[in-house]
Amino acid sequence: MSPDHSRIRLPPAYRPEPAGTHPPLASPGYASTRLRSPLRALHVLPQRLTELTGPVFGADRVGPGTDDLTRYDGGEAVGQRIVVHGRLLDSDGRGVPHALLELWQANAAGRYRHAGDRWPAPLDPHFNGAGRVVTDASGGYRFTSIRPGAYPWGNHPNAWRPAHIHFSVFGTAFTQRLVTQMYFPDDPLIPLDPIALSVPDPAARQRLIAGYDHDATVEQWALGFRFDIVLRGREQTPFETDRD
Amino acid sequence: MTDRPAPTPSQTVGPYLALVLPWPDGPDLVAPGTPGAVRIVGRLTDGGGEPVADGLVEIWQADADGRFDHPDDPRGPQVRPGFRGFGRCPTDADGEFCFRTVKPGPLPAAGGELEAPHLDVSVFARGLLNRLVTRIYFPDEPEANASDPVLTTLADVDRRLLVAAAESDGTLRFDVRLQGEGETPFFAL
Repeated sequence: MSPDHSRIRLPPAYRPEPAGTHPPLASPGYASTRLRSPLRALHVLPQRLTELTGPVFGADRVGPGTDDLTRYDGGEAVGQRIVVHGRLLDSDGRGVPHALLELWQANAAGRYRHAGDRWPAPLDPHFNGAGRVVTDASGGYRFTSIRPGAYPWGNHPNAWRPAHIHFSVFGTAFTQRLVTQMYFPDDPLIPLDPIALSVPDPAARQRLIAGYDHDATVEQWALGFRFDIVLRGREQTPFETDRD
Repeated sequence: MTDRPAPTPSQTVGPYLALVLPWPDGPDLVAPGTPGAVRIVGRLTDGGGEPVADGLVEIWQADADGRFDHPDDPRGPQVRPGFRGFGRCPTDADGEFCFRTVKPGPLPAAGGELEAPHLDVSVFARGLLNRLVTRIYFPDEPEANASDPVLTTLADVDRRLLVAAAESDGTLRFDVRLQGEGETPFFAL
């Protein structure tokens, strides 16, 4: 370690999310939390270099067609074709460019292509339910898919997950890493779903629901939905001229 | 920019993360045979002591010089060919995960302190509505660990739980217990 590095000025930390944004780890309505949520309080970790940096990915993690889930194994997936788009932002409103989004979802019948999914809905030979995209220079992303179906699960009697798409998001720092789920507007199963309901603040919960976007709907082709994803912004931001 | 947009809530990865999150090269931060490479293995278990077979463990770390390939490293980004500071590994039927990496260098912290070599860890699984964050420290760094600004804020028992155990072949073991006896110390960022 060279001596000129011994006193270092760290970049600004990331602001905590407002209370009620994230679900408590112990959420009794979601049965799988019972044996998997820590019993002890979390220790506060002030953000240092490891937390203020993070993996930077780019085009090397996506390939031709990873933004189109409707074509798999030489054919077209069954179901309602959709275009999902939006922006990856931080909570200062800045787009997060060149960030990797990984997506996975059930098919139109609500079945995942996974050995653990045993419910008797059909698999679709032309849908594998996995996608990857990288945000553009302004944080925008877009992919084409099939509207996933709802499906039953064993959490409680007659439990059904609302239709959803899983998103795994890398921002620019370890601290910003986020995994979430996008729901569809006007789904009557959302208010019955313990996973969606685990988000304490109703306004925050609402932010998990995509909006129908007629401008993104492609004539004679696919319905459009908009889903913006917001990661933590910086504690103090460098002074900049407002160019907006 | 008038209104600041509010952050998006976390949701669980659910049981089917294996559809896209595992990468063939995910566990290897360095190629096999790299000088100084170390294997880090561990087992993810729940509050009943049962293996968590549908989890995912990610690590993020500095390189052997304590530098990051990242624009916010105030010393400037350092690209190190053959090393990727990020790894991810799904847990297997026994809850086991493994990585091949190199020990990171110590890191400068504010006020002239040094952080002992460590890895940041994220744990994802069905039943976790948000990721869990912890750190892995190295057993051959007793002095650096004794003055590490994070470890020194913890009770002895927690400090010990964050230091990996060396096995006879040089493999390091870091088990993650989500709940109950020997519960891993987790951090809020």
